[in-house]
Amino acid sequence: MTEGAVELALLEEGPEVAKGEVLLRADHVKKYFPIKSGILIQREVARVHAVDDVSFDLRAGETLGLVGESGCGKSTLARCIARLYDITSGSVEFEGADISKYSRRQLRPVRRDLQMIFQDPYASLNPRKRVGAIIADPLRIHRAGSRDQIKQRVLELLQVVGLSAEHFNRYPHEFSGGQRQRIGVARALALRPKLVIADEPVSALDVSIRAQVINLLDDLQDDFGLTYIFIAHDLGVVRHVSDRIAVMYLGKIVEISPAQELYQRPVHPYTEALLSAVPVPDPDLSASRQRIVLEGDVPSPIQPPSGCRFHPRCRYATDVCRTEEPPLVQHGSLGHLAACHHPLNTDNGGVDTAVAGTVFEAASPA
Amino acid sequence: MADPLLEIRDLKVTFRTDDGLVRAVDGVSATLYEGETLGIVGESGSGKSVTMMSVMRLITDPNAQFEGEVLYKGANLMGMSQDEIRSIRGGGIGMIFQDPMTSLNPVYKVGWQIEEQIREHEHVSRQAARDRAVELLTAVGIPNAHERADAYPHQFSGGMRQRVMIAMAVSCNPDVLIADEPTTALDVTIQAQILSLIRKLREEFGTAVVLITHDMGVVADMADRIAVMYAGRIVEQGTAREVFYDPQHPYAWGLLGSIARLDRPRPRRLAAIPGMPPSLMRLPAGCAFAERCAHRFERCAEAPRLLDRTGTGHLDACHLSLQQKHDVRDRTIHPELVEERP
Repeated sequence: MTEGAVELALLEEGPEVAKGEVLLRADHVKKYFPIKSGILIQREVARVHAVDDVSFDLRAGETLGLVGESGCGKSTLARCIARLYDITSGSVEFEGADISKYSRRQLRPVRRDLQMIFQDPYASLNPRKRVGAIIADPLRIHRAGSRDQIKQRVLELLQVVGLSAEHFNRYPHEFSGGQRQRIGVARALALRPKLVIADEPVSALDVSIRAQVINLLDDLQDDFGLTYIFIAHDLGVVRHVSDRIAVMYLGKIVEISPAQELYQRPVHPYTEALLSAVPVPDPDLSASRQRIVLEGDVPSPIQPPSGCRFHPRCRYATDVCRTEEPPLVQHGSLGHLAACHHPLNTDNGGVDTAVAGTVFEAASPA
Repeated sequence: MADPLLEIRDLKVTFRTDDGLVRAVDGVSATLYEGETLGIVGESGSGKSVTMMSVMRLITDPNAQFEGEVLYKGANLMGMSQDEIRSIRGGGIGMIFQDPMTSLNPVYKVGWQIEEQIREHEHVSRQAARDRAVELLTAVGIPNAHERADAYPHQFSGGMRQRVMIAMAVSCNPDVLIADEPTTALDVTIQAQILSLIRKLREEFGTAVVLITHDMGVVADMADRIAVMYAGRIVEQGTAREVFYDPQHPYAWGLLGSIARLDRPRPRRLAAIPGMPPSLMRLPAGCAFAERCAHRFERCAEAPRLLDRTGTGHLDACHLSLQQKHDVRDRTIHPELVEERP
């Protein structure tokens, strides 16, 4: 931790979760949004299956990447975990306690430990507040110290995220996108959270600035022992930051795996297609590699397809995929789960994919 | 080589504002030959979109001032009357924009919007235009095009809307297609669909494409030649292979080092470019990138010209000698040649 860090005596520390222990457990989390219709009496006519039966563990100190296309439910899942949404069913355990039914009052101490960084640094900072006040807000709300202590802490945070004390009295509009995102990061870190959920934190930024913010998040994780859930649609960025990655499609996790392995041996055909769709910044490789172009769009989450939700776009789909939903089970090595009837890259007679092999062989460790 | 189809000569675009002159484009020259794809890369504010908008004379801001020439098949677009330019816009030169929702008219059916464009440029009957519109929608991969032509833009998904835009852009068989960030708003699998569609149209009709993007992956995939822009100027220009395998400008190195790429081992840290681009109102007298450049030296106080320093037609605007560049380049792009993180 930085030298001379301000001690905020008034903040009680929760029970410590040792590095590597389970910090968060999502168990069969479902979030359905009702679609209502009718005059005077609003009847529920359908449901959007935004998150549909998602389970995973998150260990202290690790970064879990969450990828998928727009509408796959990754942001909704993040908001369910942060209790910005109430979940329809299932449970979310944080440090061993199920927070999914907590009241607002009960949630207060949890919120200190669980912070979010949002995609749009323009929309997530109050334009009428000075930067100092924005970063101090969480500290004030949680009565984390005296005025002077809070000011000291804010100045320290500005420095931690690479801004300087002179920025204290400025307004958000005086900053560039990258700097604004740094302000968002400082605010998220103010209460020394254990878990930071970053929802597309770099998607709105230019490439060179994006790299700066990714490096910053990386450093902060090392310095403060943070645990991240990192949501992004850029698979390169996700691989760079994550220890494990979960791939979502239409509200479900279809594959979850240690990061490196996911890129080397994708098991789910959707993961394979997603990886193959990423353009490679290398003209020769780009010209020589095979691409899997998925047909059509993501189906509606109001009436998701029967069986495996990916079957209408899957090139390996057979009859069983149309009728039976594949369970999320282990394939190959430990901790690599996928939900597919025709898993790829597995030793037990899966379909061999030349594509993943050619594109990503360069990525294999020496 | 034959005469260029499109030639931009020393284009300058400035905007007068209350706070002073904004030099959005500061002396850009580029050529586009028949059938080739020119990629223009750069970050927000580098002037890549303003350049192409100016080429199409789409900037109507009275505070904008233009200098330079844009020759399309030998005729100077900058000197044309509104009527003349309208016959070229959408006729000889088609355009696709980033956000298909704002570039399609929400109150007209998509089929009608394509018909309108065809009838504006060619004397054909309403029915013939309609048939062509349906044919085009089918060609860009809209299922059930006959019925979908009667749908409104909001009834399409983002990817489908972009297909409609492309159908419209190619409706009059243009020789040049300008695509300004055509896939930026789309998901990667949809991006792959749209890029493969543009590739297909390019092969079928021999259309030359100007592709504006910030995504190095997309240009590597699509472009024959690449121009890298920074603060309103082209800082490097060459074939795609030259720019990717033998980049000359430190800004291009920075861009390449900043990408978290899937085809390489994961570095511990990304080689981010420090700082941010300079304000276009207060551009430094020397090299605009110098402030962020790890290799700046005394000469950088003097603005470098875009010259062929390699002797191969590969242009760059950097004072470093070839040897110096060779010595520091790899370190800049991959500061640590480390293996995977454990």
